[in-house]
Amino acid sequence: MLYEKEVAEALFVCPECSHHRRIDARTRIEQLVDPGSFEELYADLRPQDPLKFKDRIPYKDRIKREQSKTGELEAIVVGRGFVRGRAVMLGVMNPSFIMASMGAVVGEKVTRAIERAIEENLPLVVVTASGGARMQEGMVSLVQMAKTSAALARLDDAGGLYIVVATDPTTAGVAASFAGLGDFIIAEPKAMIGFAGPRVIANTINAELPDGFQTAEFMMEHGFVDLIVSRSNLRREIARLIDFCGK
Amino acid sequence: MSSEPTVRSGGGAAAGLGSLLEFEKPLSRIQHDIAEMEREQRETGRDLSVDVRQQRARFKSTMKRLYGGLTPWETVLVARHPKRPLMPDYLRMAFRDFCELHGDRAFGDDSAIITGFARIGGHRVMVIGHNKGKDVKERIQCNFGCAHPEGYRKALRQMRTAEKYGVPVVCMIDTQGAYPGIGSEERGIAYIIAKNLMEMSRLRTPIVCVVIGEGGSGGALGIGVGDRVAMLQHSFYSVISPEGCAAILWKTAEQRKHAAEALRLTSNELLKLDIIDEIIPEPLGGAHREPEAAAANLEKFIVGALNDLKRRKTDSLVRRRQERIRNLGSFYDEPSATVTKPATRVASTRRKVPRASRLKTRLGKSDRVRS
Repeated sequence: MLYEKEVAEALFVCPECSHHRRIDARTRIEQLVDPGSFEELYADLRPQDPLKFKDRIPYKDRIKREQSKTGELEAIVVGRGFVRGRAVMLGVMNPSFIMASMGAVVGEKVTRAIERAIEENLPLVVVTASGGARMQEGMVSLVQMAKTSAALARLDDAGGLYIVVATDPTTAGVAASFAGLGDFIIAEPKAMIGFAGPRVIANTINAELPDGFQTAEFMMEHGFVDLIVSRSNLRREIARLIDFCGK
Repeated sequence: MSSEPTVRSGGGAAAGLGSLLEFEKPLSRIQHDIAEMEREQRETGRDLSVDVRQQRARFKSTMKRLYGGLTPWETVLVARHPKRPLMPDYLRMAFRDFCELHGDRAFGDDSAIITGFARIGGHRVMVIGHNKGKDVKERIQCNFGCAHPEGYRKALRQMRTAEKYGVPVVCMIDTQGAYPGIGSEERGIAYIIAKNLMEMSRLRTPIVCVVIGEGGSGGALGIGVGDRVAMLQHSFYSVISPEGCAAILWKTAEQRKHAAEALRLTSNELLKLDIIDEIIPEPLGGAHREPEAAAANLEKFIVGALNDLKRRKTDSLVRRRQERIRNLGSFYDEPSATVTKPATRVASTRRKVPRASRLKTRLGKSDRVRS
């Protein structure tokens, strides 16, 4: 029998099976940065409803529900902080907010974080977790893929360092934009990483999917992840990469 | 979100009357009447030409009415019409001297994306476009236009070739989405789409993109970043297929009509949302009724856009492309209590766009290292 306190002390990794539980953005930030060093930016950005989208419930109501459920205005938190004494721009996605899907606010906050990293010459670290583009914002959400990737082109041109930490699940429109473009892509063990949904693939090929398909280990085997790092070593590895890059 | 490709048959083709869509039924009755009159004329020798002319006029006005107010779902059906011109048709009609270039130099040649040099108006261009295939054999071979990573990698390779020789890039988009399969994931479909988005945003040659049929999600966007983005009038562009969206949000694909409406996937809606720059008109009744006329409009748009874009200095071209992309999206940016009215235009809700001067210093480099 495990106690929550024990699990929390182990960074929400099961001490017995080392399963990495999904964690919200604030918990992640607390685990990742030096105590008290995080300074949040662009916290006022809130979603609009550009399409006046309504499925079974209006998008506006869905947002309100998610906001009161999570206590967050949107699916990502960005800001400045220190990792083992190294200053970084940090973005952390929140899987409990509409599956951290990317709408205009997520796209904008990631883009601003990239621009701030360029301006202040800071390494950029983004902890990704997302179901993909946010359907309720339609094409406005799809083009956020282009917006974030274009900003990363500028960071790249400026010689900036960009580290992605892909956590469970990093998929679809986010995997196919800023989560795919890190100079270094770190993944948490067993995190689901992929583009198309597994059910969609299974239906298309009309067959069962192999074991371990679309996991961090699968992606590393196929050459799309640099290293798999357990949560307890994350700070150390990020700091090491920053040092190797001389940033 | 990736959309799910499904094999479709033509929507409700009336026997002997070509492929009419379900909502075009009123047309089939008139067509039938005209055929009857003409038969009677032949058999009895009576002159029914006045009636025939009347019916023809009725046919045209009915067509105008139907196509003047297509619902989003009807637009989806027209965009997927089995006889709608495909990328190779436009290549033949609007371009000259096409020289196909195959392969991604890494894995293979994906026929779901066709690439090569061509001429249009007075311009040499690199054409890149999805091909859905015109018959069963070709469709199976090119996976109905759903490309694998090698297709997007081939596209990127040709874009770099185009950049090297100062040739503009023209992309024609027509896909349900990138191919959702095991090989596609193993060979990094997500990575290559991301890479294309990044490289297209800074490619040092003009890029013109046109959605000619289906603009399916990331698979469409993967060759869809440019200086000008346009749509043929009855094409659609969406973050997810209406069927996929309905299945997820309404838990039944039956709600696809509602989903099509909610997603704002028509050219009109996307122009209003500032996602696209221009709508290219189609002949009455859709591109499939008069492919040559649709091709002429497409040609006019592409040539006009290239005339304009080629006048720009490369640095300013790339900077303006970056700014265009930077400005996509609308949101609130004040503490919640003070905001009451949402802005209607995307531009008005945006705050500081990165200053041109600042972007310039970052984009002016021609010696950047590429992996």
